[in-house]
Amino acid sequence: MQLYRSHVLVCGGTGCSSSGSKKVVDELEKELKAAELEGEVKIVQTGCFGLCALGPIMVVYPEGCFYSMVKPEDVHEIVTEHLLKGRIVKRLLYEETIEDDMVKSLNETNFYKKQLRVALRNCGVIDPENIEEYIGFDGYQALGKCLTEMKPDDVIDIIKRSGLRGRGGAGFPTGVKWEFAARAKGDKKYVCCNADEGDPGAFMDRSVLEGDPHAIIEAMTIAAYAIGADQGYIYVRAEYPIAVKRLEIAISQAKEYGLLGKNIFGTDFNFDLEVRLGAGAFVCGEETALMTSIEGKRGEPRPRPPFPANQGLFGKPTILNNVETLANVAQIILKGPEWFASMGTEKSKGTKVFALGGKVTNVGLVEIPMGTTLREIVEEIGGGVPNGKKFKAAQTGGPSGGCIPAQHFDVPIDYDNLIALGSMMGSGGLIVMDEDNCMVDIAKFFLGFTVDESCGKCSPCRIGTRRLYEILDRITKGEGEMEDLERLETLCHHIKASALCGLGQTAPNPVLSTLTYFRDEYIAHIVEKRCPAGVCKDLMTIQIDPDKCVGCTLCAKGCPVGAIRGKLKEKHTINQERCIRCGVCMDTCKVGAISRK
Amino acid sequence: MKSLEELAAIRDKMKNNAAVRESDGDEIRIVVGMATCGIAAGARPVLNAIMEELEKRDIKNVTVAQTGCIGMCKLEPIVDVYIPGKEKVSYVLMKPEKVGRIIAEHVVNGRPVLEYTIGAYEK
Repeated sequence: MQLYRSHVLVCGGTGCSSSGSKKVVDELEKELKAAELEGEVKIVQTGCFGLCALGPIMVVYPEGCFYSMVKPEDVHEIVTEHLLKGRIVKRLLYEETIEDDMVKSLNETNFYKKQLRVALRNCGVIDPENIEEYIGFDGYQALGKCLTEMKPDDVIDIIKRSGLRGRGGAGFPTGVKWEFAARAKGDKKYVCCNADEGDPGAFMDRSVLEGDPHAIIEAMTIAAYAIGADQGYIYVRAEYPIAVKRLEIAISQAKEYGLLGKNIFGTDFNFDLEVRLGAGAFVCGEETALMTSIEGKRGEPRPRPPFPANQGLFGKPTILNNVETLANVAQIILKGPEWFASMGTEKSKGTKVFALGGKVTNVGLVEIPMGTTLREIVEEIGGGVPNGKKFKAAQTGGPSGGCIPAQHFDVPIDYDNLIALGSMMGSGGLIVMDEDNCMVDIAKFFLGFTVDESCGKCSPCRIGTRRLYEILDRITKGEGEMEDLERLETLCHHIKASALCGLGQTAPNPVLSTLTYFRDEYIAHIVEKRCPAGVCKDLMTIQIDPDKCVGCTLCAKGCPVGAIRGKLKEKHTINQERCIRCGVCMDTCKVGAISRK
Repeated sequence: MKSLEELAAIRDKMKNNAAVRESDGDEIRIVVGMATCGIAAGARPVLNAIMEELEKRDIKNVTVAQTGCIGMCKLEPIVDVYIPGKEKVSYVLMKPEKVGRIIAEHVVNGRPVLEYTIGAYEK
């Protein structure tokens, strides 16, 4: 194999692909050829680096230069200056990596400094479409160790001792789950991977599949060995085309290298793996619904028990693990359960990946040890709330989670603390909200999502979430009454107690947590008919200050519904009945005469 | 994959290949001056010769980097060798033919090839 003096890593994750990284790669290939550097410089398309806000991202080794927002037209300069002459193109460097005119290592920047990458260790480092790169970074060593040196019970014991808990949200101890399935009697057993990542704003599973698909294959094979299964399924959403493609490439490479199939590592252990595509129903992320869907039936949940460990896929003992959970497994086998248990808090070991989004400077993927505070994630890693606005709350756990207000900014994040705050870990979406976000509107948004995604099998979820939504909708329109707050709370508790599956049982969380922490906002909507954040359109008017208006007509030209009247150099007025409160006029006014009331 | 040895063989091959992405502080760095002057004086064949030699001898933990103009254009191509804990050694008027000795004597055995260095030139 040829040795290259320089490796250029270009992010091929979904974030960077949509900001044009493919074009950058094409241009790079062309430019390298023109400069006759193809034999010296290697282009590697990797998975997600995590700093999606700055994509497309390119890292040049050995210098470790981190170029951000690279456009195809910048490539010529990078090739002729950096790769040909060794002069780093400073203007394209991520500004935080420049210090005293020296190029600082990426790992020392605020975004990466506090991170600890276990599940994401290979994302942005290896070429996910090349099995040998994964092997070069210790891939399949853990599987080899399990199959040749360990008994299935030893594997389960190590996972149990590590304290690894399910990263899909509920936090069930992974080793215990494996043990149940191993003890269960059955002529056939299955290992499934839940890659049906449906929470709005969460994309860590996608990034792992795109950046390090072999880690999932290896972990599933280890799990199969531990419980005595010979068939596995990865259930992944069809909306993740890059992840699906890379998984399929990875599976076929693993088969070619004999790491899947019969007699793996010369033992009598056999394991085969297939991908199943989900059609995008949120409920199919629920374990029983997911397995029903793999069986080819309508994806609906069923009551538990029996638990999947005893009667799962096709009625056989099955384990179902989330992508991020599996991404930790090989590392635990290789580095030992004590290493893993040394990270995190007492009851939540290891690290957690969060998809940082919303009103935060560094939108992206971050992996931190459990027990890191919300403040550290939002302010230090995330770079804080942009535009000088104030942090108001963070939403975790998507539609199953809740909002954590600013007064709990310093709570160490782990499974139990989040539950105590009325939220939950969920799959790890973390949406930052500032003073411009209306909490009633947020609750309504998530309930709208649940109403759409409810499968309709049980009435508490099918009817209950719709009633919740209707009450919230009423409040945001200024038609609410104080009794509605009680109604909301009662209904929430009923739904939590009686819904069939996790989706319904957690659906009221966004309402309950906002009611707990932001009750005053609900009251402002109901009593004062006012939306403090200025979001709910029915509760505000847009007005032109006649003292400031200069009659430039810009607002009238911009108004999409023709609600603004006025002649040149005359004061303008807004017809409130026509106005849809879109705010376009506020943005166009040069003198700041238009405001929301 | 029939044995752990097979896996280890692939890993070692790839580890070497990807070592460029894992540079840490205590490895040897060979830096080639590749500004216009260096390139014009023939730095590229020298760089290629270094890469070939490292690959041939299966040497790990050596980073080959380029830099801009080192300053003494008339002595280009210039190659600096940094070994952790030791003084930097600058080789001047480099040619591909000189590379083999530098790798063998200096990088592998820690004895700089004095006659190629800038010190020898200035005498």
